[in-house]
Amino acid sequence: MQEIIKNRVGELLGNGYDNVIGWEVAEAAFDRTPAIFDKDNLDKLVYDSFCGANVAKYAVAQSQNGKKSVVLTKPCDSYSLNQLCTEHRVNRDNIYVIGVGCCGKIDVEKIRKQGIKGILEIIDNGETLTVKTLYGDKEVNRKDVLLDKCLCCKGKEHKIADETIGESCDTATGDKFAQVEALEKMTPDERFEFWRNELSKCIRCNACRNVCPACSCIKCVFDNPATEISNKAAADDFEENMFHIIRAYHVAGRCTDCGECSRVCPEGIPLHLLNRKMIKDINELYGDYQAGDEAGQRHPLVDFTFEDDEPSVVHERGGDK
Amino acid sequence: MKKLSLAKLPEFFKKLTADYTVIAPVENADKVDFGVWDEDSKLRLDVLKTVKSAKGVFFPQVEDMLRFHMQGKNIDIKPVDVMDEDFVVFGVRACDARSFELLDRVFLADPVDPFYAARREHGTVVTLACNEPEESCFCSNFDIDAANPMGDVTAWIKGDEIFFRANTEKGEKFVSSLDDTNDSVEDLQNSIREIIKKLPLADLDLTGFDGEHLMEKFDDPRWKELSSGCLGCGTCTFVCPTCQCYDVRDFETKDGIQRYRCWDSCMYSDFTLMAHGTNRPTQVERFRQRFMHKLVYFPSKNEGLYSCVGCGRCLEKCPQGINIVKVIKALGGDK
Repeated sequence: MQEIIKNRVGELLGNGYDNVIGWEVAEAAFDRTPAIFDKDNLDKLVYDSFCGANVAKYAVAQSQNGKKSVVLTKPCDSYSLNQLCTEHRVNRDNIYVIGVGCCGKIDVEKIRKQGIKGILEIIDNGETLTVKTLYGDKEVNRKDVLLDKCLCCKGKEHKIADETIGESCDTATGDKFAQVEALEKMTPDERFEFWRNELSKCIRCNACRNVCPACSCIKCVFDNPATEISNKAAADDFEENMFHIIRAYHVAGRCTDCGECSRVCPEGIPLHLLNRKMIKDINELYGDYQAGDEAGQRHPLVDFTFEDDEPSVVHERGGDK
Repeated sequence: MKKLSLAKLPEFFKKLTADYTVIAPVENADKVDFGVWDEDSKLRLDVLKTVKSAKGVFFPQVEDMLRFHMQGKNIDIKPVDVMDEDFVVFGVRACDARSFELLDRVFLADPVDPFYAARREHGTVVTLACNEPEESCFCSNFDIDAANPMGDVTAWIKGDEIFFRANTEKGEKFVSSLDDTNDSVEDLQNSIREIIKKLPLADLDLTGFDGEHLMEKFDDPRWKELSSGCLGCGTCTFVCPTCQCYDVRDFETKDGIQRYRCWDSCMYSDFTLMAHGTNRPTQVERFRQRFMHKLVYFPSKNEGLYSCVGCGRCLEKCPQGINIVKVIKALGGDK
């Protein structure tokens, strides 16, 4: 598939497009970096089981610089790109979208968690992976080491694509709201304790915000020294907690549940669950809604219909005050 | 040399708590970082790389420096006391131990940083040899020996025993209650060194990263491509054992100001922001700053000592797979 993609992109680059947004090999053989290619470095483009990163957001800067870009998107990434076009952050006329097939991407952290050290190479055999290490070869089941976001796969469909290359598989394994429901079943104190403990690990690196396709403000309020809330670290032990909660509200209705926030968190905080709770609430109050599903759609929080629940209904189901 | 059965380590730690606060790699919500040990802690000496390095023990991510209390027209200024209790940081790997020497050059040079100096004075560093180095480790490029780390005490885990060697007076005090042994750890050290020779990043070419080539490196056109995937987050800087930049901020309390300092990141847009604006307007310049500092500016002022210790955390933690090794390979040697 990689070679077919490269050939097709090569044609487009000679035909009115300036660059292509995709992935290249990072340092380790199993690590990938989102990268922007032109004709001179196109040979470095890779597409394989390790391209978990969502590259849709990189289209924002290219599009705003007036570049014509070819964007490679997996089915899940296509929701983000569609949403960015809807929000006028990416100009649809400036991009050519190639939907690339995906059967789930590998989470190397999960391989390490199985106690496998010194990983040199990972060979994808389909059902299994052969992991070559400094301490001998190991075998793992592919489905055990997929990224969390792949376990809640949105399906094979590309929501925005000028053409597609390669087949996809639905890798979802269960109800995506199961973890949210488990949290809802906790007592408020238990839930508070759960989040306080998880968020106590936050190092405020902002990776969750910077990778998030819904966080596309030119200058984030938390980066603006002219605001009193600008901060790089916690002045007290609740600030990080607030940062994440504010961010979840800010992206509510626009979050496509791409799962990048949790993928990039160096401390493994399940941040996507905050967003998924918002999605679940929106679904229950306004009917099922998926951000990025259709170009140009208005999400329920910025729309009004006579069928909308009254604020009192929303208020009543809010739980303990 | 002293030795102790690994099973007796918690008991030994408990005894230590009479004289010291014990800080060690402990697990919390699935991740391992240096934290205060108590009997309920899940000690994880098997984990080679804590998410954050051990630098936070001496240079915490956030610390208060001053407090101002306002009463009418009076402002009461209260400096925050420096650390005055002894503590042990246990299980520091060779790379992180070297980072303390690098941080000393910054914080203990004139003017001495009193907060850092007090922690260094009260801290006893117990290092631990790396029995199973990872593929992302490259400390040997910086003349660091993971089989023989330094610090006040060096420890080796061999089978179900842990061996200790005191390196300093503080170290002698730490091991004083343990039993002597004539056993040797030489075989373990040899096997570690054999693995290190085979590491994929054991032989990086750092020629050209020095003050002589400063402008050549600074003006290299490849910074643009190298930084193109960078998110501008602070992950690399915050997991790094040698990143030492900080910001000083004021937080308004009900009746005054809490002045604190916190780690800063050259990846952030307001890093060293001045009245005239910023001289690093895009991520290309911010990205270049981080690597120029570690590989060119620092060594040019410190007898060629690089401010990277090869811990490899940036290789494992950068969300987008960008790291210092990629930079060294792209711009190092005669390329």
